[in-house]
Amino acid sequence: MEWFETWGLTLTVFLPLVGVVFLGLIPKENEIALKTTGLVASIMAFVASLILIARFDFSSNTYNSYQFEVSETWIGAINANYHVGIDGISLPMLVLSTFVMVLAVIYSWNHWDEPKNPKAFLILMMILATGMNGTFVALDLVLFFLFFEIVLLPMYFMIGIWGDKTPRRIPGFAKEFETRLYAAIKFFLFTLFGSAFLLLGFLALYFESGNSQFGRTFDIPQLTELGASGAFSGTFAFLVFGAIFLGFAVKVPMFPFHTWLPDAHTAAPTVGSVLLAAILLKLGSYGFIRISLPILPEEAMSWAPFIAILAVIGIIYGSLACLAQSDMKRLIAFSSVGHMGFIMLGISTMTDIGINAAIIGMVAHGLITGLLFFIAGSMHHRYHTREMARLGGNIKLMPVMGGILAFTAMASLGLPGLAGFWGEFMSLVASFNPLPGLSLGVFRSAMVIGAIGTVLTAGYMLWMLQKVNLGEPGDEWEGKELHDVDRFELAAWVPLIVLIVVIGFFPKIIFNSTTDVVTSLVDMAFNPETTASISSQIGG
Amino acid sequence: MLLSQFLVLGAALFAFGVYGLLVRRNIVLILLSVELMLNAVNINLIAFESVLASPEAIGHVFAIFVITVAAAEVGIGLAIVLMIFRNRKSANVDDLNLMRW
Amino acid sequence: MMSRLLFAAEEIHAGDGGWWADTAGVMLVLPFVAFLLILAFGKKLKYKGGEIAVAALAINLVWATVLLLMNANGGVLDQITFEIGHIGSGLVFELGWVVDGLSILMFFLVNFVGLVVFVYALGYMKDDVRVDWFFAAFSLFAGAMLVLVGAPNLIQLIIGWEGVGLASYLLIGFYWEDLDNVRAGNKAFLTNKVADVGLILGAILVGVSIGSWDFGAIDFAAFEGAPELAAVATAGGLLLFFGAMGKSAQFPFHIWLPDAMAGPTPVSALMHAATMVTAGIYLMARMFPLFEYMAQNVRIVMIVIGTVTLFGVGLLAIVADDIKKVLAYSTVSQLGYMMTAIAAGGYTAGMFHLFTHASFKALLFLGAGSVIHAVHSNDMSDMGGLRKFMPTTFWTWVVGALALSGIGLSGFWSKDEILATMGEQGLTVVLWISIAGAFVTAFYMARATFLTFFGSYKGDGQPHESPRIMTVPLVILAVPAAVAGVLNIPGLSLPRLGNFTEWLAVRLVPMGDHHAEAINFGLAAMGLAAAVLGVVIGWLIYYPDKETQLQRDSFEIPVLFPLLRKKYYIDDLALGIVALIKGPLARLVDWTSTYVIEGLVNGVAGLVKGFGVFVYDTLDQRGVDGVFNGLSAAADGAGSVVRKWQSGRVQQYAASFVAGALILVVLFVFVI
Repeated sequence: MEWFETWGLTLTVFLPLVGVVFLGLIPKENEIALKTTGLVASIMAFVASLILIARFDFSSNTYNSYQFEVSETWIGAINANYHVGIDGISLPMLVLSTFVMVLAVIYSWNHWDEPKNPKAFLILMMILATGMNGTFVALDLVLFFLFFEIVLLPMYFMIGIWGDKTPRRIPGFAKEFETRLYAAIKFFLFTLFGSAFLLLGFLALYFESGNSQFGRTFDIPQLTELGASGAFSGTFAFLVFGAIFLGFAVKVPMFPFHTWLPDAHTAAPTVGSVLLAAILLKLGSYGFIRISLPILPEEAMSWAPFIAILAVIGIIYGSLACLAQSDMKRLIAFSSVGHMGFIMLGISTMTDIGINAAIIGMVAHGLITGLLFFIAGSMHHRYHTREMARLGGNIKLMPVMGGILAFTAMASLGLPGLAGFWGEFMSLVASFNPLPGLSLGVFRSAMVIGAIGTVLTAGYMLWMLQKVNLGEPGDEWEGKELHDVDRFELAAWVPLIVLIVVIGFFPKIIFNSTTDVVTSLVDMAFNPETTASISSQIGG
Repeated sequence: MLLSQFLVLGAALFAFGVYGLLVRRNIVLILLSVELMLNAVNINLIAFESVLASPEAIGHVFAIFVITVAAAEVGIGLAIVLMIFRNRKSANVDDLNLMRW
Repeated sequence: MMSRLLFAAEEIHAGDGGWWADTAGVMLVLPFVAFLLILAFGKKLKYKGGEIAVAALAINLVWATVLLLMNANGGVLDQITFEIGHIGSGLVFELGWVVDGLSILMFFLVNFVGLVVFVYALGYMKDDVRVDWFFAAFSLFAGAMLVLVGAPNLIQLIIGWEGVGLASYLLIGFYWEDLDNVRAGNKAFLTNKVADVGLILGAILVGVSIGSWDFGAIDFAAFEGAPELAAVATAGGLLLFFGAMGKSAQFPFHIWLPDAMAGPTPVSALMHAATMVTAGIYLMARMFPLFEYMAQNVRIVMIVIGTVTLFGVGLLAIVADDIKKVLAYSTVSQLGYMMTAIAAGGYTAGMFHLFTHASFKALLFLGAGSVIHAVHSNDMSDMGGLRKFMPTTFWTWVVGALALSGIGLSGFWSKDEILATMGEQGLTVVLWISIAGAFVTAFYMARATFLTFFGSYKGDGQPHESPRIMTVPLVILAVPAAVAGVLNIPGLSLPRLGNFTEWLAVRLVPMGDHHAEAINFGLAAMGLAAAVLGVVIGWLIYYPDKETQLQRDSFEIPVLFPLLRKKYYIDDLALGIVALIKGPLARLVDWTSTYVIEGLVNGVAGLVKGFGVFVYDTLDQRGVDGVFNGLSAAADGAGSVVRKWQSGRVQQYAASFVAGALILVVLFVFVI
């Protein structure tokens, strides 16, 4: 298995793409073969990521020393390399990504939104998988950006083609648009808008690094060392951080860049919303941890209070907006704004507790909100409506589905003992004692407001349960064929439920991977002594 | 020299080509007009070459190159026209404004 | 960790409990196993999974009883923890169980009362809907409660705390076809969630400042006066108390408890009377050293809140017509006693009242359930005369009512301890209010008893005594309700059982408990007198009217006056007081509760909801989103102008191209 040390990551990332080739060869009519191919490709990527866990050396888990590292020249002219590698931070995200992808393929076995066409849909999913996996392992800014952008395209088509077809009046436009078109374009443009700044920031780093011993470089580990030695500072770095912040903040999304999210989520086909919520949103917050923090630590500190304030506004704002929703899927979508607020609050504290909180929060949100979107999709599949006013008594009509919905809602509101609790709780713990030098007033206020946000979260989740799950079912559903969960749905959901409980009672399975590396990340970026020693080593 | 006569001929052919391109409504005739323009250019190329008589015979080479491109262009162009006609039962350019937003 | 245990063992000569303490975690896990088993197989079994739930608690009770006896004979002190995760800078999360005097008491209480109530529920829920789900959720509650009381640290306590909250939500909304019940569940959950903000922030303050959430570490830091804890003690203590107020329904958070009666009666008995609502009291007792050695000023707040609760909310029971709501208000009032007692430094007194209250209040609720089961109504105006039809229920009810009123039975001893503690601490005003509260308690219990069991039956159908499976639990609970008081008579130590004060003293650090060493006969007599007075007045008002049922409930005071006037005018005064209490005062309190506090809560909820709509509709859709839509609309507008040139006509494009080429030619040939 020695070859796996060098090929493991490449396999995990590109196996789905190999699947695309085979999918392309299989005729459109042969659905079973198509689905099997998609499933096999995603399972192989998942198995590869499991082998990565098995062979990962958790004992030497420090920041900026990557495992399964591969670095090959790619575009020599600009010194961009095919440089991939993982550490304890990217490992859980990578496994989450491959894992959710398998479940998404299983779920889509018999759930095809109009206009069906499994071949095209599966191909898009596999491309999406490559983009997501790649983002989590890329150690080169150009490669990172490439994967980061690859993700856009399949998602754009998923929303635009398989999305919600109801016409919708958009304020400011004279005519009505189909929801899917509006949402897809909005999603694309918003993210592209952010990406433009992201690219600008990356290029600025590239040119600025020209003065260092490394020469102009896109290499993340090298840039991280430069960052830790204080090579980037002043107005330049402040602006660069701002540009990169914009790029990631749109993706997360942070208030006030969140408005693409509810539209995209609501309009997307079920699997699309699941992947969007479970993985795509994490690309942004992962970027903060991987790129913004270590490369520009000083600027991160000066931006931190601002990020914290936006995060807290997001928590309260998202929850309040949820209270006003009448569409179930849109409510779940808005809840992401609140939950991602907690994750960003954790990151903005710049402490090991906060960043660990963010990572476990990301994993938990991926599992929980992914499951919520699965359920919302399945309910839409049966009721053909998402209007909460028309639903009700779901648990009577479909006991298992209602039970799973109730469970997931409880997990989403951060019930201790389930996965969602740790991220929220530890974010608050971290904001009590942020990195020395950050404003205690801002962060402790953030802690209190964030804690109040949990009440609002509970409020809208219970409210949703009341409207959707409880009470007597409406007359219109009488005699309708409403079958309870089928085996494909169970196969896709039960692993999520199990993981939510397991992480809830045993968060160690995440912390084991993250704690050492996060500690050394914080030490490297923010401990003056470490910074000085790195600076002398590389002669900066 | 006869050069000016050839240039006049080329210019005239080119002008006919432009005229046809702009006023004809049938796609096939438009394609023919384009051919006319290409051949007008060819005449010019040959005429100049006969005066310059460069050792590499650049003018001739270019003329052959243009003929090749023109052949390919006509092939693809006619194929497209055929497909359009099959799908829309018309070869009138006025009916074809799909490119518009 | 080890060193602390050794220290404690030397100080108080406790054993480590051996095998029984090492395996006590079984108690925490079994109910969850039962939960899963019932969900999986419950529908197929005879009692719909009830037997699994009962079996789990029966096994648990063995552990609890053994530990209780071991603790009574020399003390047991042990702690087993497992790390479930740690973060670099010394932040450790652990699960496990602590075995000491306090937790053993709660283990026993939860398992004993739980088992009795579960058995009772086998009969009570027999013909109900979703019985399997009922027992599953009930087992979930038992498990979460045991996780809570066995918690060795604040994190596990929070897990159990929210777990019981969840179970409470599920069971209050058990009949979810009716949305009113669902709303009651939501109200309970959200009210508690508001208070939980305090609990979580308090836990963060305390835990982060000393670097550990372990109760032993916190107790120790408080005992030794660690400066880093002292710095946050007041704020942390206040926040933790805020959290406790929610779960233990202290004024003004009491509003959820009466509504929580929407759940099945066994739920009210076990959760909303005996165990779950005492979680806040338990937390205060668990963290007692913090309040005793450091956050003394928080205790003033606690005393004020506790006193307002015990008297103010107790009054509400007088005007309630729903028999379960009478008991619910009474529960709140008794929780106020416990809270005040602990705040006054009476660690043992508060916990002892919790202990006796659990048995007699569970008994009363089960009795009420038995009555409701017979007459199919909660309203006391549908009852009456049940004494003849349901003798077992009646006599056990009387035992419970006397115990609650503090007349002779267990409640007398525990309430007397509270009064003695207050007297010792010189809290005169609080003491008098507490005595007045005892009077109120006795009065409303007398009212409920006479309305329910005396006179003639007013409901529909023929009431009948409940089946054996329900009456036997009543009898079993009546025993501790009657005699549990002897466990803690000052100066008395029972053979092989010792006494309650010794049980509870088995903690890692000395509690600094303010405990009355001898019976204070003066206070005892006053408390007793107040209670007897309450019963007598209740009897005077409600009993004589027993045959004319209409007048009894409508409280026709003019009809009663002539009769009372003949009795030395003492009754006049009493009736005036009663009228004053029941009339303006109670109504004022009721009105405050209904309109001011609930109005506030509902108003805030409405405002928040409205604000949410505003934020979404105006700010988000028109404001934030509007900006972006405006931008794209502008781009769209510009596009529609430019679009005119983009006609899609090839020839138009060609013409523009030729024109452009001509212009270039002109430029090149003639200009340049």
